[in-house]
Amino acid sequence: MLDAEPWSGILDLIAAALLIVAALLTLAAAIGLVRFPDPLSRLHAATKPQILGLILVVIALALSARSGTVLLLLVPVVVFQLLTAPISAHMVGRAGYRNGDFDPDSLIVDELAPDVDAAPGAELPGGSWTDERDAVDRSDDEARPSKGPSAGS
Amino acid sequence: MTTVLYLIAGVIAAAAVLIVLLRLITGPTLIDRLIASDVMLTTLILVIGAEMVISGHTRSIPLMVVLAATAILGSVAVARFITRAGGDQSGPIAGEDDDARR
Repeated sequence: MLDAEPWSGILDLIAAALLIVAALLTLAAAIGLVRFPDPLSRLHAATKPQILGLILVVIALALSARSGTVLLLLVPVVVFQLLTAPISAHMVGRAGYRNGDFDPDSLIVDELAPDVDAAPGAELPGGSWTDERDAVDRSDDEARPSKGPSAGS
Repeated sequence: MTTVLYLIAGVIAAAAVLIVLLRLITGPTLIDRLIASDVMLTTLILVIGAEMVISGHTRSIPLMVVLAATAILGSVAVARFITRAGGDQSGPIAGEDDDARR
């Protein structure tokens, strides 16, 4: 597309720099995975390269390929990742909260705990398979009130 | 010049994957391993894209599309499995059922 020679070298340099930034984001996520104390904090670190890193790599690829067709093919990659990353992060975070794999004292606000305590069967509207498990969860919290997920409230 | 930059990016990504692998092996809970494998899959997508930039071809873009679209399946399935099987038997201190989610 661009036939001017100096431009192609500059664009390749920019693409390489973007690749390095994306790799640094991945390294930051890896360090966060090792250094952070509990799974919910690690989840926060893990989502950095998922969106921004992918967007940087896709921009680098578009800069290096320099073709409209490639750009058209790269859009669904970002769109799919934008659609699915929050869902999987939500499900993993929910599982982490439910299993109590975090330090309740580290929370500033725990908005889920009053809901779970007040309406154990109604966390999902219409209830489903969660009903029976929520009932068990509540008895679990009453048995160990100081250690349950609701202790931060 | 660009070759050096590519090399730096590759070394950083390799170091990141090794660190993530450490968490994947030693992660105390199943959720840690789930998050670590998620990061590893994301790194795989990034490395596939970087390889295309470095080698100057675009043949792996369908692979990137498929990976970005299906990366959710594993996380959601395992997260639901953890919540159903582990949620009813484990608080922060889970006693004899502790091994079930590790």
